[in-house]
Amino acid sequence: MKKVFKMQELDCANCAAKMEEAIRKIPGVEHAAMNFMTQKLTLEAAEADFDRVLDEAQKAISRIEKDCLIIR
Amino acid sequence: MSRKQKKNLIRIGFSAALFLIGLLLPVVFPDFAAVQTIAFVLQMIAYLTVGLEVLKDAFSGIRNGQVFDENFLMAIATVGALLIGEYHEAVAVMLFYQIGEWFQSYAVGKSRASIAELMDIRPETAEVERNGEIETVDPEEVSPGEIIQVRAGERIPLDGIIVEGTSALDTSALTGESLPRDVAVGDDVISGCINQSGLLRIRTTRRYTDSTVARILELVENASDKKATVESFITRFARVYTPAVCLLALLLFLIPPLITGGGWADWGYRALSFLVVSCPCALVISVPLSFFGGIGGASRCGILVKGSNHLEMLSRASIAVFDKTGTLTHGRFHVTQLHPVRTDEQTLLETAAIAESHSNHPISRSICEALKEPVSADECHDVKEIAGQGITVVYHGQTIAAGNDKLMSALGIAVTAPETAGTVVHVARDGEYLGCLVVADEPKPGAKEALAALRKESIQKTVMLTGDQHSAAKAVAAQLGIDEVHAQLLPQDKLNHVERMLEEKKEDQVLVYIGDGINDAPVLTRADVGVAMGALGSDAAVEAADIVLMDDDPRKLALALRISRRTLAIVRQNIAFALGVKLLVLILVALGRAGMWLAVFADVGVSVIAILNAMRALKVKA
Repeated sequence: MKKVFKMQELDCANCAAKMEEAIRKIPGVEHAAMNFMTQKLTLEAAEADFDRVLDEAQKAISRIEKDCLIIR
Repeated sequence: MSRKQKKNLIRIGFSAALFLIGLLLPVVFPDFAAVQTIAFVLQMIAYLTVGLEVLKDAFSGIRNGQVFDENFLMAIATVGALLIGEYHEAVAVMLFYQIGEWFQSYAVGKSRASIAELMDIRPETAEVERNGEIETVDPEEVSPGEIIQVRAGERIPLDGIIVEGTSALDTSALTGESLPRDVAVGDDVISGCINQSGLLRIRTTRRYTDSTVARILELVENASDKKATVESFITRFARVYTPAVCLLALLLFLIPPLITGGGWADWGYRALSFLVVSCPCALVISVPLSFFGGIGGASRCGILVKGSNHLEMLSRASIAVFDKTGTLTHGRFHVTQLHPVRTDEQTLLETAAIAESHSNHPISRSICEALKEPVSADECHDVKEIAGQGITVVYHGQTIAAGNDKLMSALGIAVTAPETAGTVVHVARDGEYLGCLVVADEPKPGAKEALAALRKESIQKTVMLTGDQHSAAKAVAAQLGIDEVHAQLLPQDKLNHVERMLEEKKEDQVLVYIGDGINDAPVLTRADVGVAMGALGSDAAVEAADIVLMDDDPRKLALALRISRRTLAIVRQNIAFALGVKLLVLILVALGRAGMWLAVFADVGVSVIAILNAMRALKVKA
């Protein structure tokens, strides 16, 4: 399943690149793209697993930029 | 300005005021005993006002294992400066850093908004007729087959067919074409166009998510997800750059004082300045922003680029392969020449039309269309259509034959054939040769210009592929100035030819294929860059191509190439500028010729300049 999320307070391009890399390392992620320009996260993962992956993605993001949120 | 930006701006202003007061107090009141202490306190308040967030973020970053992020680097640099007593410097650097960050965030926000504005073709609502009343609903709630109303000045929300009304449609948001398109009952209309006059009732044919406007928006919005190689390179570079500069900073701090045996404060200051320069953001942000701008600018001209990688690839294009029909030529036949023998042009054309009106062949139809008044050919009998040759009919007792030289020689009629680009149709009446007509597929008006423009950019070789006869293909190629022609190809042959060219080309050459997507979708996919032309409404072409030209003007390809090259030039400028300035400042700092101020400029100042430069990619001169 592929879903696109809007990001809040994604402030730095380098952080976006780091987040993308971190999210791709989460087990269960088939594809992830963090687009700084459109402030959107595209996440692909198995449907049954999606909520867990999304939670872990948020954790990974918070570690890099603590105010940055995935808008669900 | 977002709320966060406003808050930060107030903080920066407050802190800057305190900083200035703290700087001036000791100058104005040099005799007052406590002035130094008061000034110091003011400076510290100024520092914490702008720097507290950074310090906190740096601390939580370390806890989360995020060393080398910007907050961490700035925190170390300024705290270090405080420790060695350079407290003016510490405040100024933190202040500058925040000002730069603020500008960066503002500039990016602005550019994002202006690009979003370009793509603002999303319809808000649809007026749908239900149970005899008009309901205003979200376009997504309309099903195919429902009737929607679109008033003058409104945007058509869904693809459909006009069932009532006539109008002129403004398609400029989709195609970049400024001339309005006239439409009437029975015409297909696509979403995203603006109805300029009159009320239209439209029966929808697609759901919103499948409609043209939704598909275009999705395409363009996702385009920057597909990263160009130069973009991935910069991201990878940034991962190495920051730790490397930090390591250099450490060496700079330790080695010279150990050798010379002193000067810890001075070398420490230089090392801290290194940390400031080591932030990679200017590089990392300016590259995707340039691509985003280029893609946005292109989409305003009716050129949809499906990814930054495709724009990058196109900029290096050196071989252009064209499908002929529908790309370089209209794909519609016209009578271009009349060569009567012992008769006049009108009689020749009429006689031909009487016979050809019994055939559905595109060439036959073009001959009938060439006559201003249709001929009455009802009185014909004994109609014989001979495949691959022509047609014979008996009209008012006279046998009329129209066809190629094979037909004529079968009838024993001698012909004179002109040297020409088109297909020659001979006409004979009762065994007497009346002359011939030439029917040709005319090149599009801008085709020649487009090819010349492509050559001026970077294209070294142009190739045309076509299913037409050799002679016709050669003539068109000569007229347009094309280097290589392959004629009489079946659709699958086109793929084979492109495969062969891909194998034969040199490593660094890039092959672009331009077709209308009707029967060449596999070729579009296979080429280095596949460009579909006039693809408005053709799903297969949009799916298969890397770049989609919304209308069928070949000059758009030259424009697309120019945009891509300009975008890449801007990307290279930004990389060279950012790296150049950083390197220069590192050298100056190491030599002790530049302070932390200049280091801050090398970080945020360069970011802002690079962002402003990147925004030039958005502006396209048509």
